Amino acid sequence: MSELTLTVMRLGFLAVLWLFVIVAVQVIRSDLFGTRVTQRGARREAARPQQAARQAAAPPQQRGQQAGGGGRQRRNAPTKLVVTEGTLTGTTVALQGQTITLGRAHDSTIVLDDDYASSRHARIYPDRDGQWIVEDLGSTNGTYLDRSRLTTPTPIPLGAPIRIGKTVIELRK
Amino acid sequence: MSSTTNPSTHHTSTIGAIGAPSRRNTELALLVFAVAIPVFAYANVGLAINNQVPSGLLSYGLGLGLLAGVAHLVVRKFAPYADPLLLPLATLLNGLGLVVIWRLDQSKLLQSIKQAGTAAPRQLLYTAMGIALFIVVLIFLKDHRVLQRYTYISMVGALFLLLLPLVPGLGANIYGAKIWISVAGFSIQPGEFAKIVLAIFFAGYLMVKRDALALASRRFMGLYLPRGRDLGPILVVWFISILILVFETDLGTSLLFFGMFVIMLYVATERTSWIVFGLLMSAAGAVGVASFEPHVKMRVQAWLDPMKEYTLSQAGVGGHSEQSMQALWAFGSGGTLGSGLGQGHSDLIRFAANSDFILATFGEELGLAGIMALLLIYGLIVERGVRTALAARDPFGKLLAIGLSGAFALQVFVVSGGVMGLIPLTGMTMPFVAYGGSSVIANWALVGILIRISDTARRPAPAPASNPDAEMTQVVRP
Repeated sequence: MSELTLTVMRLGFLAVLWLFVIVAVQVIRSDLFGTRVTQRGARREAARPQQAARQAAAPPQQRGQQAGGGGRQRRNAPTKLVVTEGTLTGTTVALQGQTITLGRAHDSTIVLDDDYASSRHARIYPDRDGQWIVEDLGSTNGTYLDRSRLTTPTPIPLGAPIRIGKTVIELRK
Repeated sequence: MSSTTNPSTHHTSTIGAIGAPSRRNTELALLVFAVAIPVFAYANVGLAINNQVPSGLLSYGLGLGLLAGVAHLVVRKFAPYADPLLLPLATLLNGLGLVVIWRLDQSKLLQSIKQAGTAAPRQLLYTAMGIALFIVVLIFLKDHRVLQRYTYISMVGALFLLLLPLVPGLGANIYGAKIWISVAGFSIQPGEFAKIVLAIFFAGYLMVKRDALALASRRFMGLYLPRGRDLGPILVVWFISILILVFETDLGTSLLFFGMFVIMLYVATERTSWIVFGLLMSAAGAVGVASFEPHVKMRVQAWLDPMKEYTLSQAGVGGHSEQSMQALWAFGSGGTLGSGLGQGHSDLIRFAANSDFILATFGEELGLAGIMALLLIYGLIVERGVRTALAARDPFGKLLAIGLSGAFALQVFVVSGGVMGLIPLTGMTMPFVAYGGSSVIANWALVGILIRISDTARRPAPAPASNPDAEMTQVVRP
């Protein structure tokens, strides 16, 4: 076999090998998966109230989504929960009408890595009107809204700090 | 594919899985590519050595392609959401290994010294057995969490496997290290299988104990010091790995098990102090054993001064491992782009050229560029394992995936580091490429478990049921 053919094959093989690596990396790049949260209604309406008129004319299916909450969406409804202090600082959770549990238990929505948090510490949920409520679940060290310890389920004002152990969270628009 | 939740069922927004990636077609395309590369290499070797396309080209290509195809169909049926890269990457490594083993079979030198010229067909047989085990894992292990039930049985099983080579009459002392057993004419390396079983034990154990290990600690000089009694498990594992080192004289196995435990402990507890302790303890253990155990001591000497060992061995006065130096020369003569497949002289390594030292052949014939690509492929397998661990929803699956991929990474490091002279040489095999039944079969099983975990992790979550709490609870306002 001629020297030239072998050289071409040698370099060609290396090129093919690297091509495989590059293709594999491209597959990884396109391999995104996880949770997609699609905001509907609340944010759009809060951000652009002038669209309300247009939405009235929207197809019934789309209106159905927005009426899903039962009543009308509040103007100042928070759309996300932000952790502002503690090991999870910067974490945000989109508020989608589901209950958010906080605690050290593995199945909590926000798993706190905090010695001062109980395993099922508190939960945050919307009531019928879409107002978000925080409730302490009988935790050892208590849940604080602003400076006061919670004794009953309490509505959360926008931006008010909720303290659980070393973690502080708040609701934002 | 994508499972966006029905828009009309929710309040103001929906959660949906992005792409819910069943990437089976991507996997198939990559798999075809991964089979084509070894076929190309095979033709290349034949042309370089015998001046003709080897006659076995069709049968090897079909054999590898058939095995990969069956594995792919089983993944498609039983793990449809699994990671698309693990199977093609493993297939490519296995195929390249087959080609290089076949290439070394062709060497007249190796044929003349008992290193029989029939290693490649046997390796193909081992590959078939490995893929059979892979399929068995995927079919019968419907949910990896089942393994959690066998935490302590796994511990006993792993210890049994590890100690098996020490049983008189069963264990075989091959070339100084006692890590083989011989059963019915086959020599098996139980350590390869113990790796997987031990990962199951560590994952189950750490999942239960991690809070105690992570939280009950004092802070001292920036490190979390664990309580004395929590040190128990790490001390026990350390002691066992020292025992392996002393009685089986195998640095690699011992390092692999201790390292895997430290990695999993760190991931479970997030305490850097465990890594510090682990490094200190393994350093102390290795230095201690190397100073009095002759076989380990010899390996360390060959690592510190391979040239001296080589000259001694050439002169016929002692000297134990001329191969270390031969391997280094092989890497050196390969240069950047290598000598081309089938055109190197790595058969001069003679002993274990197609098992422990197979990386030297890659280094010589594919050069730095080829070795880099090879190590990157290993790196990608580890990356997919870690990605699986990140995506897994249950702590047991997370720990198991990180343990298995950590063990895989450590093994690659220990072998390639040993062959390249970074650390003392150990008797372990490069996963998938090196000749050896136990290694190939065990690593296919390992990839099978990773694929099972990744299938569970990437399976789109069922649409969240509307939470009764949110609507039922009567809110009492103060």
